[in-house]
Amino acid sequence: MTAAIELVNVSKIYRRYGGKQFSTLKSALLQRSIMRDLQPGETFPALTDVSFKVPKGSTFGVIGRNGSGKSTALKLVAGITKPTMGTVLVDGRVSALIELGAGFHPEISGRENVFINGIMLGLTKRQIQDRFDDIVGFAELSEFIDAPVKTYSSGMYMRLGFAVAIHVDPDVLLVDEVLAVGDEGFTHKCLDKFSEFRRRGKTVLLVTHSLGLVETLCDEAVWLDAGRVEAEGDPKRVVGAYLTAVEEGEQELMAATTAKAVGAVEEVETTAAPASPPDMFKAAEGRWGSREVEIAQVALLDRSGEPSFVFHTGEALHVRLKVRAHHETDDFAFGIGLFNADGVCCYGTNTYVEEMSPERLSGDADVTFAIDSLDLVEGTYKLDVAVHKRDGFPYDYHRLLYTFRVKSRTKDVGIYRPQHRWTFSPNVRFTR
Amino acid sequence: MFLSLATLVRYRGLILSLVARELKARYRGSVLGFAWSFINPLLLLLIYSFVFTKIMPNETPDVKPYAVFMFCGILPWNWFATSLSDAAGSLIAGGNLIKKVLFPAEVLPIVSVLTNMVHFFLGLPILVFFLLISGHYPPLSDLIWFPVAVLVELIFTCALALILSALAVHFRDIRDILANIIMLWFFATPIIYPWFQPNVQRFKWLFNLNPFTHLAVSYQEILFFNGPFGHWKWLLALGVLSVLLFLAGYWLFDRLRDSFAEAV
Repeated sequence: MTAAIELVNVSKIYRRYGGKQFSTLKSALLQRSIMRDLQPGETFPALTDVSFKVPKGSTFGVIGRNGSGKSTALKLVAGITKPTMGTVLVDGRVSALIELGAGFHPEISGRENVFINGIMLGLTKRQIQDRFDDIVGFAELSEFIDAPVKTYSSGMYMRLGFAVAIHVDPDVLLVDEVLAVGDEGFTHKCLDKFSEFRRRGKTVLLVTHSLGLVETLCDEAVWLDAGRVEAEGDPKRVVGAYLTAVEEGEQELMAATTAKAVGAVEEVETTAAPASPPDMFKAAEGRWGSREVEIAQVALLDRSGEPSFVFHTGEALHVRLKVRAHHETDDFAFGIGLFNADGVCCYGTNTYVEEMSPERLSGDADVTFAIDSLDLVEGTYKLDVAVHKRDGFPYDYHRLLYTFRVKSRTKDVGIYRPQHRWTFSPNVRFTR
Repeated sequence: MFLSLATLVRYRGLILSLVARELKARYRGSVLGFAWSFINPLLLLLIYSFVFTKIMPNETPDVKPYAVFMFCGILPWNWFATSLSDAAGSLIAGGNLIKKVLFPAEVLPIVSVLTNMVHFFLGLPILVFFLLISGHYPPLSDLIWFPVAVLVELIFTCALALILSALAVHFRDIRDILANIIMLWFFATPIIYPWFQPNVQRFKWLFNLNPFTHLAVSYQEILFFNGPFGHWKWLLALGVLSVLLFLAGYWLFDRLRDSFAEAV
C-alpha cells in the first residue's frame, strides 16, 4: 500500500524566546550580530528523529501528552512549518483542521467569509458556489449567514470554520483536536463526515486526547512522547501502552505528593509539636499526637502486595501501618479515614467503633487495613491514619498525608460505588 | 524564487478577494460607507486650500491654485505611505493565518499595497474635478504616461512593502521607526513645495537621490503643468530600479519565509 503521508527521520527544533535574544533592530545593528542572532541560540527540540508512514485511505491517530510534539507533527505535514532535518512527504491535497476559521474577518458576513476562507484553502469561486449550501447547512447557520462574523458565538464560528475546511474535499485531512467544537449532535455529524471520508478512500490524520476515538476510528496510531515515537501500530496496543505510561507518571506524582506532605509535617514536628488536634472537620494536612505510640510507616499495597499509588475500581487495596509502641499500653485504637478530592469523608472507622477491645500493644507491630474490593469512583483520594486512646486522645494522628488515585473504566460519579446490577423485564433491550 | 513568483500569479484570486474584503470591512458599520473614500481626500484638499490661500498664501508664479498642485503629489504619497505602514504590520496582524493555515505570506503585504491603491483611485475623481474647474487640461500625450507612473509606484511600493513586512516580523521596532521616517520622507520630497524652486534646485543632486521625488514630479508634470512631460527618463529609470528592488525584496522575503510561522 502506498503512503499518503511519510515522515522520514524528521526533527524540528524551535528557537526559544526570551533570554538573550535580540529584541531590537538597534542592538542587532550596534552589535553587528544580525546574522548570528538569526541563528538559533537556545533551542528546543519539538520532534526528534520521528518517522512514521500513513497508508493511503487509512485513518491514523496521533496521541501523547501535552507538549509531546503532536501539533508540531501536524503542522509539518500541513506544510505550515518546515522540518529542521529529515523529509516530510505528502501525496495529494491537504486540508488542515488546525485552527478553525483562522482567516475569518470579523467585520464581514459569514457568506463572504466562506468564500474567502474557501479560496484560502485552495478552492475556486465556482467550487465554493457549488458547495455553498452544503457548507451552510452543515454548519447549521443558514439563518445567520449574512450577519457579520463578529456577532457569532464561538461555537458558530468554529462550526463555520469546520464546515468550510471539511468541504474542501482534500485527499488528506488533518484534524487537530477539533471535535470539541460543537454540541453532541454536531460532533456526531463530524464523525459521520470522517466515516464518509474513510469510505471514499481518503486519508485522515487525527491528533486527539480522546483515546476512545482513536481506538474506534483509527486503523493505526502513533504515540509521541517528548518529541519521539514511543509506540506505533495497532491503536488498541498503542493506547494501552500510552495509558500504562500515564499511570506510571501518576504513580510518581502521587508518591511525590505523599513524600512532600509527610516531609512537610516532619519539619513542623521538630520545631513545635502541636499536641492538641486542630479542628477535626477542617481538611488540613497535619500530624499530631503524644507519640507514645507512633505510626512509623504507612504503605498502600496492591493485590500483589506491591506498594502502589494507582488502583483500579474493584481491586484490592491494603493499608499497612508499621507501628511502634514506646511503652506497653492497654488503651489503644487504630483508625482510618478516606477522603475524596473535595475533602468529603467517604468512609471512616476505627477498631474501637468496631467493638474490638484493646488488650495489649508493645514494641513494633504491623497493622493492615484490607479492602478487598475498592468500590470507589474515579478520582484522587487522601487517607487519614491514626492510633489513639479509646476516648480519642491521639497518640499519633496522620491527617490527609497519603494520596492515591482510583481509576475506573466506567465514568460513574458520586462518593462511593455500591455493588450493584441492573435487571430489566424482557421488553427492555440493549445492544451488546 | 521564480517558482515562488509564479505562485504569486496563481494566488491572484486570493489576493483580489482579500483586497475586496479589506475594502468592504474598512467601511462596514459606518453610515457613509464607501463615500468616505471620496470624502477623506476632499476634506484634505479643502484644508490645504484654506491654509495655503488664506493663512499662508503661496505666491509662487505658475502654480495656481496651489492646493490643487499639492494634491497631485499628496494623493500618490498617501497611497505609498499608508501602504508601507499597513504592510509593515501585515504579517504580524495576519499571524493566525501564517501560523495555522498553509498560506502564502507574501500575499499579505501585497494586499496592503493594492487596497491602498484602490483608495488612491477613488481619490482621483476628486483631483480630476478640481483640475478641470481650475482650468488644467493635461494633454493626451502627457496622460498616457499616467498609467506608467502608477505602475512604477506600484512596483516600487510592493518592493518596499515586502522588505518591511519581512523585517518587521523580526524587528518589531521597524513599525515605530517607520512612522518617523515616512514623515521625514514626506518633507524631503517636493510635494508641498514645487520642484523648480531655487532653494530646491540648489540641492538638486540630493533630491535626485530620493526615488519618490521622481514619482511626485512625474505626477505633477503629467497632471498639473502644461507642456511636454520632460521627466520621463527619470521615471523609466526608477521603473527599472523598482523592478530590481522588487526582485531583491522578494528574494529576501523568500529567505525569511520559513521563520515567519515561528517568529510571528
